Amino acid sequence: MPLSKDEIKMLNSKAQEIRKKIVDITFTAGGGHVGGSLSQTDVLVALYYKYLKIDPSKPDWEDRDRFILSKGHGGLGWAAILGDKGYFDTSLLKNFNKTGSPFGMHLDSLKVPGCDASTGSLGHGLAIATGLAKGAKLKGKKWKTCVMVGDGELCEGSNWEAAIIAARNKLNNLIGFVDRNKNMIDGPTEEISQLEPLADKFVAFGWNVMSIDGHDMAKIGEAIEKALKSRTKPTMIICDTIKGKCVDFMEDDPTWHYGGLDSDKRDQAFECIDKYYSKIK
Amino acid sequence: MAEGMTWTVADGDQLTQAEIYGEVLSQLGDKYPEIIALTADLAGSTKIGRFGKKFPDRFINVGIAENTMFGMAAGLAMAGFTPVVSTFAVFTALRSAEQVRTDICYQNLNVKIISSHAGLSFGQAGSTHHCTEDIAVMRSFANMIVIVPADGIETGNAVAAAMEWPGPVYIRIGRGFEPTVHTTQDYGFEIGKAVTMRDGSDVTLIGCGVGVKHCMQAADVLQQQGLSARVIDMHTIKPIDKEAILKAVMDTRRIITVEDHNIYGGMGSAVADVIVEAGKACAFKKLGVPDAYSIVGYPEDLYHYYKFDADGIVETVSELMKMEIEEDEDWEDET
Repeated sequence: MPLSKDEIKMLNSKAQEIRKKIVDITFTAGGGHVGGSLSQTDVLVALYYKYLKIDPSKPDWEDRDRFILSKGHGGLGWAAILGDKGYFDTSLLKNFNKTGSPFGMHLDSLKVPGCDASTGSLGHGLAIATGLAKGAKLKGKKWKTCVMVGDGELCEGSNWEAAIIAARNKLNNLIGFVDRNKNMIDGPTEEISQLEPLADKFVAFGWNVMSIDGHDMAKIGEAIEKALKSRTKPTMIICDTIKGKCVDFMEDDPTWHYGGLDSDKRDQAFECIDKYYSKIK
Repeated sequence: MAEGMTWTVADGDQLTQAEIYGEVLSQLGDKYPEIIALTADLAGSTKIGRFGKKFPDRFINVGIAENTMFGMAAGLAMAGFTPVVSTFAVFTALRSAEQVRTDICYQNLNVKIISSHAGLSFGQAGSTHHCTEDIAVMRSFANMIVIVPADGIETGNAVAAAMEWPGPVYIRIGRGFEPTVHTTQDYGFEIGKAVTMRDGSDVTLIGCGVGVKHCMQAADVLQQQGLSARVIDMHTIKPIDKEAILKAVMDTRRIITVEDHNIYGGMGSAVADVIVEAGKACAFKKLGVPDAYSIVGYPEDLYHYYKFDADGIVETVSELMKMEIEEDEDWEDET
């Protein structure tokens, strides 16, 4: 069933809230991977507030859906959501990046409730997700495995190994998302590497592939619901996104892959976010 | 099957380490339904395929894709399985070092890795397929247990023990007919506890893997020369048996380590750490592959060439016997 208008409104409002938390954590942490955290937000919000079967009071519940953030540098944005969902006391996020904190830039599954896999080194998440999805099949379990990969990360060959094996094992319980923000640290993905035609590549590897606007809740919902109906193939949803989405001075600027904010910049970012959402409400 | 034993293999002394491993894993598959076996197109060579024949639904061949295999093993462990992964040591420890470290060890996942063709055991294949670095790599990964069984029987014991150990375990085996040194399987194998193969008072030979056999052969020769050599099978490199090492230092004052591995970072280095930190003087020599890429050849020829076969050990012992070891008056009091 497509998302209702009320659901879309709720999800957008949540995304607005999460984006502001991302900006705030970036400010208190003294810096963070803010660009990629903002580009991934809408997909993560759709998953965590609508589609993932999870219970934050039981992070180890066996039948929960799994989510792996293969682009582990989005950990700041992910932690904002996990805290909001109630996996831990959000006041802990004030110590993000600080000595002895459970939260480094890349989340640690042994320290952060709700984090199913420690990631950060790129090109690992898709293989781990493939193992989890295969595990569900072997156990006869219904839970699904979702994984978000960064687009720059797809330069890593290990992703394509996993892509072959996931298709070979008919893992229709595996849903991947590419945060296609078209930028990596040193610049645009298509200047540094050559990922396009990206959708064709996954199609050729035997995946069910969709390309959508990764900031449009209705489209995100539609794609996930379609993926849930896949009979034999794993699904890859290529989400066209903007690095630094909603903050005009960050948008599509690779220098905001990692950055810090003073209080003026933070307030300016808050204003950008509110302005954006005032238009789409 | 002896009481308390979880596996049994007939003619264990006629089988390779890998053959015994494949058979033992198949037997353990009944007791541990959570075992899932993975390989990367080396089901036959590593003998993990034997498990696959018995339990086809619990066997995954990923093709030639080691990095994804270890990542998948992490995912399967997260899903509650006990993945057992086999490929050649060089691919585990070098190609997929990061997956083993970050996906498996960092998250302390219950994955058992049995890597074959370690050291120079695939001698004719050349250095692309030798692996004289894996002990160094694996023992530097926090949470990892590192076991180098001396022979097939010990391989069976190590695999069985690994199943009862909660967390990642690396077991390193050879390729071919590594001669047997253990005559029975019920000698009390325990992870982290060295086995004294024979006692002696003039020198202690500490071996792991095929090195144990070399030490035993050398001890026979030394005995004829009137020298009494203790032989220790140091099957667990991490956690290492400090007590056995320090007792050997105290009793014999001469220590030689023997391993099919680069002399830097392997079992000999682990033993040296213990001795140096104890602050006790002893004559000490590490035998193994020098810091070089090996020449090509049959493994036994290479062990001789690099002087860590019985001949090389005997030669080294005669050098160490000439060394004066300073007496330490406080020694007895301290230990």
